[in-house]
Amino acid sequence: MLSKRIIPCLDVRDGKLTKGINFKGNVDIGDPVEAAREYYEQGADEIVFYDITASSDKRDIMIDVVRRVAETIFIPFSVGGGIRNLEDMRKVILAGAEKVSVNSAAVNEPEIITQGAKAFGSQCIVLGMDVKKVDVSGKIPSGYEIVIHGGRKFTGFDALWWAKEAEALGVGEICLNSIDADGTQNGYELKLTELISKNVHIPVIASGGAGKPQHLVEVLTKGRADAALIASMVHYRTYTIAEIKQYLNEHQIKTRMLW
Amino acid sequence: MIAIINYNAGNITSVARALQNIGQEFVVTDDIKKLDAASHVIFPGVGAAGEAMAYLREKKLDTWLKSWLSTGKPLMGICLGTQIILDYSEENDTNCIGLVTGSTKRFPDKLTSDGQALKIPHMGWNSVTFRRSHPVFQDISPDAEFYFVHSYYPAPSDERAILGTTDYGMTFCSVLAVNNLVAMQFHPEKSGRPGLQILRNFCAWRGNA
Repeated sequence: MLSKRIIPCLDVRDGKLTKGINFKGNVDIGDPVEAAREYYEQGADEIVFYDITASSDKRDIMIDVVRRVAETIFIPFSVGGGIRNLEDMRKVILAGAEKVSVNSAAVNEPEIITQGAKAFGSQCIVLGMDVKKVDVSGKIPSGYEIVIHGGRKFTGFDALWWAKEAEALGVGEICLNSIDADGTQNGYELKLTELISKNVHIPVIASGGAGKPQHLVEVLTKGRADAALIASMVHYRTYTIAEIKQYLNEHQIKTRMLW
Repeated sequence: MIAIINYNAGNITSVARALQNIGQEFVVTDDIKKLDAASHVIFPGVGAAGEAMAYLREKKLDTWLKSWLSTGKPLMGICLGTQIILDYSEENDTNCIGLVTGSTKRFPDKLTSDGQALKIPHMGWNSVTFRRSHPVFQDISPDAEFYFVHSYYPAPSDERAILGTTDYGMTFCSVLAVNNLVAMQFHPEKSGRPGLQILRNFCAWRGNA
């Protein structure tokens, strides 16, 4: 049977990790390529990069990072952040990423999904959804609203509606991030994850809130997620990916145990 | 020299980088003269069957693959490159190359496991149960997993062509092997160390030559 995927997420700005990552011997790793190599060797099933470079003239630095990552690790990885059009997607894919993730751009111009899926295949296009809990209303019947610009701007899109719409437009996967849970390390937003996952036919990666291995058990069972994104819990070296996988395995969740 | 068939189909650079990593020289080409001079041929692919076949026919690579197979030298199919070596694919209702009899089918919509509906594409890491040993898969642990991403699967009509199977709400053929041909649905170039080992084994294999 298919294994559940454990996916570390790396934030990159101007070609450097935004937070240094402490590995063995407390060596600070600020290079995203070296961090990717570490996680590859620890058993990561896939890696997600978010490029949070602000100035557009420094964007090509990321393309160079993608190229070097592709020469270093032999598992799939995706790149998101600042992907606005087909040309941005093409650059990242040609540099060696398997997948590109679109978020704000897809909200502003949903046709970018269809164009991307047509050009590169649905399996290449991931929809990043940032979601905030709101009051249930006629406009937001699920009680979860899509936000963009790092959670600062409400879009009026109902999260469940948007997930189904994006699936119909051609995305191959959804990366579902709860803004409320993000950074808390108190666990994933299980209700939201379950709601989206059981209503679409494409894989859902849960994101936001992971602090301990039990949180992954919850989101991969009750939350019905296909994969779990992790950040702080491995970046701060509280756990290694291998330890998390061992824990999941002991809790009857199948993950890839040999790498 | 290993040749990777270049037909505008997605994962060619990934395969090239994996060969680079294992220290193997290679060319990426659609030039029949260069392909003829190769010792081994890799036929990769990500994309849709219809477009891929149109391109291959235009370049006469479909007939070239048949002649290559008859030399006895090793041929490896990957993902789409595995699906379109059969006679026919349900994807875009496409007549394919026909190196192996059978067809490529879409996963049924209502696959379930433990009562839960399964997602399509089948995306992620899964294992392969081998029916017999094969030089290309030697030293690969039965617990190894490989990276899959696909909505269609190869279904050869002759059971003997099936080397390995994978479970995803149903059992499907994930590795085919006939004489000097070996073809897999998963991506060895994206399957970590076991995947690189498969590529290394392939490069050392003599096929029937």
